[in-house]
Amino acid sequence: MTSVAMEYGIVLAALLFSLGLIGIMLRRNLIFVLLSLEIMLNAAGLAFIVAGARWASTDGQIMFIFILAVAAAEVAVGLALILQHYRRYNTLDADLASKMRG
Amino acid sequence: MYDLLWLIPFFPFLSAILLVVLGSRMPRAVNGAIGAGSIGLSAIITIIIGINFLTSPPEGHSYTQVLWSWIDVGNFTPAISFHLDALSLVMIFVITFVGFLIHLYSTEYMIKDEGYARFFAYMNLFVGAMLVLVLGDNLVLLLLGWEGVGLCSYLLIGFWYKKPENGYAARKAFVVTRVGDIAMLIGIFLLFMHTGTIHIQQILDMAPRIWVEGATIPVAASLLLLGGALGKSAQVPLQVWLPDAMAGPTPTSALIHAATMVTAGVYLIARTHVIFELAPAVMTIVAVIGLVTALIAGFTALTQTDIKRVLAYSTISQIGYMFLALGVGAFAAGMFHFMTHAFFKALLFLGAGAIIHALHEEQNMFRMGGIRKDMPVTFWTFLIGCASLAAIPLVTSGFYSKELILWKSFSSQLGSVWFYIFGALGAFITAVYTFRMVFLVFYGEKKTEISHLPGTRILLTLVVLAFFSTVAGFIELPHTMGDFTLFSNFMASVLPSVPVLEYSLGTEFLLQLIATLLVAVGIYIAYVLYVKNPEAVNNLTASPAGQGVYTFWSIGWGFDWLYDKVFVQPVIFISRINKQDFIDSIYHGIAFATEVLHRLFTKTQTGKVRWYAMVLVAGAIIVITLAVLL
Repeated sequence: MTSVAMEYGIVLAALLFSLGLIGIMLRRNLIFVLLSLEIMLNAAGLAFIVAGARWASTDGQIMFIFILAVAAAEVAVGLALILQHYRRYNTLDADLASKMRG
Repeated sequence: MYDLLWLIPFFPFLSAILLVVLGSRMPRAVNGAIGAGSIGLSAIITIIIGINFLTSPPEGHSYTQVLWSWIDVGNFTPAISFHLDALSLVMIFVITFVGFLIHLYSTEYMIKDEGYARFFAYMNLFVGAMLVLVLGDNLVLLLLGWEGVGLCSYLLIGFWYKKPENGYAARKAFVVTRVGDIAMLIGIFLLFMHTGTIHIQQILDMAPRIWVEGATIPVAASLLLLGGALGKSAQVPLQVWLPDAMAGPTPTSALIHAATMVTAGVYLIARTHVIFELAPAVMTIVAVIGLVTALIAGFTALTQTDIKRVLAYSTISQIGYMFLALGVGAFAAGMFHFMTHAFFKALLFLGAGAIIHALHEEQNMFRMGGIRKDMPVTFWTFLIGCASLAAIPLVTSGFYSKELILWKSFSSQLGSVWFYIFGALGAFITAVYTFRMVFLVFYGEKKTEISHLPGTRILLTLVVLAFFSTVAGFIELPHTMGDFTLFSNFMASVLPSVPVLEYSLGTEFLLQLIATLLVAVGIYIAYVLYVKNPEAVNNLTASPAGQGVYTFWSIGWGFDWLYDKVFVQPVIFISRINKQDFIDSIYHGIAFATEVLHRLFTKTQTGKVRWYAMVLVAGAIIVITLAVLL
């Protein structure tokens, strides 16, 4: 079985992570913020898988399953919060939820 | 029988607490009964113990009752314990007996005052503290009583607190006496440091064994204790508070500022006389201060117009005589004058109170006059008090005690003829100002109508005190009149009789005759100036020199002015230029910097999630960069 060089996988993960981070910082729509978060989680998961494959270790896959569980939980809580936010402000703009400013 | 000793201070304290807690809920009659009754109970126990002491004295002529241990650290072991001997017995007798009479008088005198219960609470607290002061067998307990009476003096001077000047007088009394108290405190520390004990009797036993006469420690300690005594007893240079203390109710002036508290200094010196005897130079200082005070206060009293201020200056002057007696080593004579003075000065203050009450609260003697027919009992008792103060021979107690002091100041080893001369001059001035007061108040034309005559309780008090002002002198007669020395024999167990130089009876008689003649001349001068020929006084004070002297005397020889310039004004000046308090500005600076930082950092809390994420990323980038680079 020919394998892809590890560097490609890591670069892809870094790209995905950066895209997610930029999405969180720039998008105001909470749905997109949540999506960006998912992308970042998956980037981390990809990095684990690639590293696991490189050193022929199952630890990477175990970690990925953990990440999947965390992501599922995070989406459940995140969607509930977004729903509450929408009910209160009738919008999905994250910047409007700034009542806790100093 | 002596077991009852603790009850003497207990009753006043108990009733003070009762009056503080329940006073305002009880009718006035009950307040008065508790207030005066508690002191009456103490007086009865004192008299029982006194009779016991006279008939079957305890072993060593002293009795110590230890109630409980107060502090116990190393050899610093002050206990709540009372020491009864001849000296403290005389003191507690005067405090409870005269105190009871003054309380009885107050039940009528203060009846219209809204602070009736408060007044008796303070007065009882005072009596309790004063008893602790004279009964305490260690210096710490003595100091507790000492500060306690100072507190009560402050509370009672400022009793009518709604007038700001009364509060000022109260603060002045407190601060001025505090100056002396600090000296006394250091003196107590010094004695404790060098003797290792705080018990007065042990210190007195040890002192002659560990120190020689004139050694540094006893000189320093006695000077420091003297400082405390000067403050409390209103002697030069700390006498300025007493005339202003007359702002308090008149019974307060009688009890605290005439009969008892102001003589605490005399008691302190008599109590620690062993230490003073080891410092002959300090003894001379005591005598000179007493004499100077007696004269300065006497001349000031000559020019006062307020009857209570005359009595205040006369008190300062008479305590000066007591200091003179202590200074020449005639401790028993000083205590004898303390006792007679307590009777006749309390009588004079209470009489003055009755007069002031009768004349619409008028205190200016020049607006009194001609009331002797309308107030015969007050007149005669006041006259007896004045006669005693002026030391009219044979029939007054003041004569015997003052003669004893003058004779001892001449004949004692520590005495000198100058002490006698100036002492006699003081007696002459005393006669002048005393009878000036009598003639101004009771003779001449009536200037203010009498509004209200004193009732039975006031008159009864005056009569009893007048009786004691007369007979209290007969317990100690001079050599020329039978040489009857009951009082000094009684005191001999505590206060040694001073070694005297031998003089013939003729010398003593001659000196007594001179002093008596001076008194007679003084009374005659007062009669001429204030009854026969009042114009003469006006002419005298109108002349430029006379006016200057009059003003100088009437402001109390400028001590208030001097202290204002030397102490009060600089303090006010410094506090004015340091209004911002430069030490505080450091802490203000810290607070200000914190606040600025707080404002700065609250700016970062925008409440926007995206902003937080960006800050997080920026932080992570900085940390990672640092980690990579370093």
